[in-house]
Amino acid sequence: MLLLSWLAPVVLLIVWELLAQAGWLSPQVLPAPSKVIRTAFKLVVSGSLLNDLGVSLLRAVAGFAIGGSIGFALGILVGFSRVAEAAIDRSIQMIRAIPFLALLPLVIVWLGVGEVEKIFLVALGVTFPIYINTTLGIRQVDPKLIELGRVQGLGTLELIRRIILPGALPSILTGVRYALATAWLALVVAETIGAQSGIGFLAMDAREFLRTDVIVLTIVIYALIGVAADAIACHLERRLLAWHPNYGGAR
Amino acid sequence: MTLHVVPSSSTASPAVAVTNLRRAYGSRVVIDNLSLRIERGEFVALLGESGCGKTTLLRALAGLDPIDGGRIAAPRRPAVVFQEHRLLPWDSLWRNVALGLQAPNARERAAAALAEVGLGDRLDDWPRNLSGGQAQRVALARALVQEPELLLLDELFAALDALTRIRMHELVRELVATHRPGVLLVTHDVDEAIALADRILVMREGRIAFEHRTRGHGAQSIARIELLAELGVAAFQPIPA
Repeated sequence: MLLLSWLAPVVLLIVWELLAQAGWLSPQVLPAPSKVIRTAFKLVVSGSLLNDLGVSLLRAVAGFAIGGSIGFALGILVGFSRVAEAAIDRSIQMIRAIPFLALLPLVIVWLGVGEVEKIFLVALGVTFPIYINTTLGIRQVDPKLIELGRVQGLGTLELIRRIILPGALPSILTGVRYALATAWLALVVAETIGAQSGIGFLAMDAREFLRTDVIVLTIVIYALIGVAADAIACHLERRLLAWHPNYGGAR
Repeated sequence: MTLHVVPSSSTASPAVAVTNLRRAYGSRVVIDNLSLRIERGEFVALLGESGCGKTTLLRALAGLDPIDGGRIAAPRRPAVVFQEHRLLPWDSLWRNVALGLQAPNARERAAAALAEVGLGDRLDDWPRNLSGGQAQRVALARALVQEPELLLLDELFAALDALTRIRMHELVRELVATHRPGVLLVTHDVDEAIALADRILVMREGRIAFEHRTRGHGAQSIARIELLAELGVAAFQPIPA
């Protein structure tokens, strides 16, 4: 079954390669997969690909760390305090209603097209999924377990550490996973506009010279990093939620 | 609406002494001027129909609900076992038992408590791998590891099947005999109350309406009829043999 599921993509790749080799597929439209691999090799050897990849990853990590921290902190605040919820939740929900990419022109006016703008956009995309899922997770903790914590004599901090955060963790990790996808999307968009380095810059630069092989390569890299990020999140869930029947699997 | 759990430290003090307790939800009085004293080592069962206030009383004793009047004097925080086991699914069994235990040797003490309930070999197991009866045994271990002077049991047998329930009765009897806390068992099962308790109280409309001291096996059938009558099951006929 596993073999069968891989059959279709592999056949597709072979057909693509054959069509390109036979000259039925113009290299200007879609280069052969082998050509893309050769280009990747050349760019790795010259060092420019790894450099651009590093720049892109740094932007993603910085934006994720900033947006994630803000989302988590706000989520904790609103999750625990009805006053904080009344004060800020509505505003956050209203901002959230805006597709964050629609803010891009405004962000460029504010911050220009430098690094800050890119990191800001990533952070913006990450904040909301983390915020929402943190709040939701805290709200969904079984009140009976909180009551138990009180009966066992836990103080507020211990109650949070032993019961509320572990109880909210499945939801928070769902937020992390979702935020990873948004972060990537934000990065692609931000790097497509006015970047001087990064994977997006590589793609836009290649467009100028009709280097479709480089463009396809950047698309593949974006896809691979997306898959890798999801795999990391998945691994995190398996490790941290080993107790959970839906994640931990067999003991 | 403040808590009045007054610490009292004299060794001769009872496990809990309740005087003139009052609890109301709005205009509805749930506990009405109730007084109750439970000695250490004494097993008291509290019977009553749904809504008679017995769970409210237990929650007040546990310090989970505020009281509107009267006084609850207890030497220490009581331990509670609920109808649901309330184990933390993300903690191993020993960490569940040690929850809230302020001791450097928490793991050893949790291990000893788990051994006492027959689960000494499952220290690092997850709660989800336990049966209902096993989970309740862990909950009992968690309560007893705190060495409580007062143990509150809230219908803890209600969700168990008949055979598991009988085994749990045995276990609770043994544990109480060893640790000798005062026990308040809230139940609606007359036979369970007779089987376990030294003293049976029937609660009605927020007051203790009837009290019965168990006097050994001979008096059980009479006690049963009497208690059922108090609970409003008047036309009770013994099943012909």
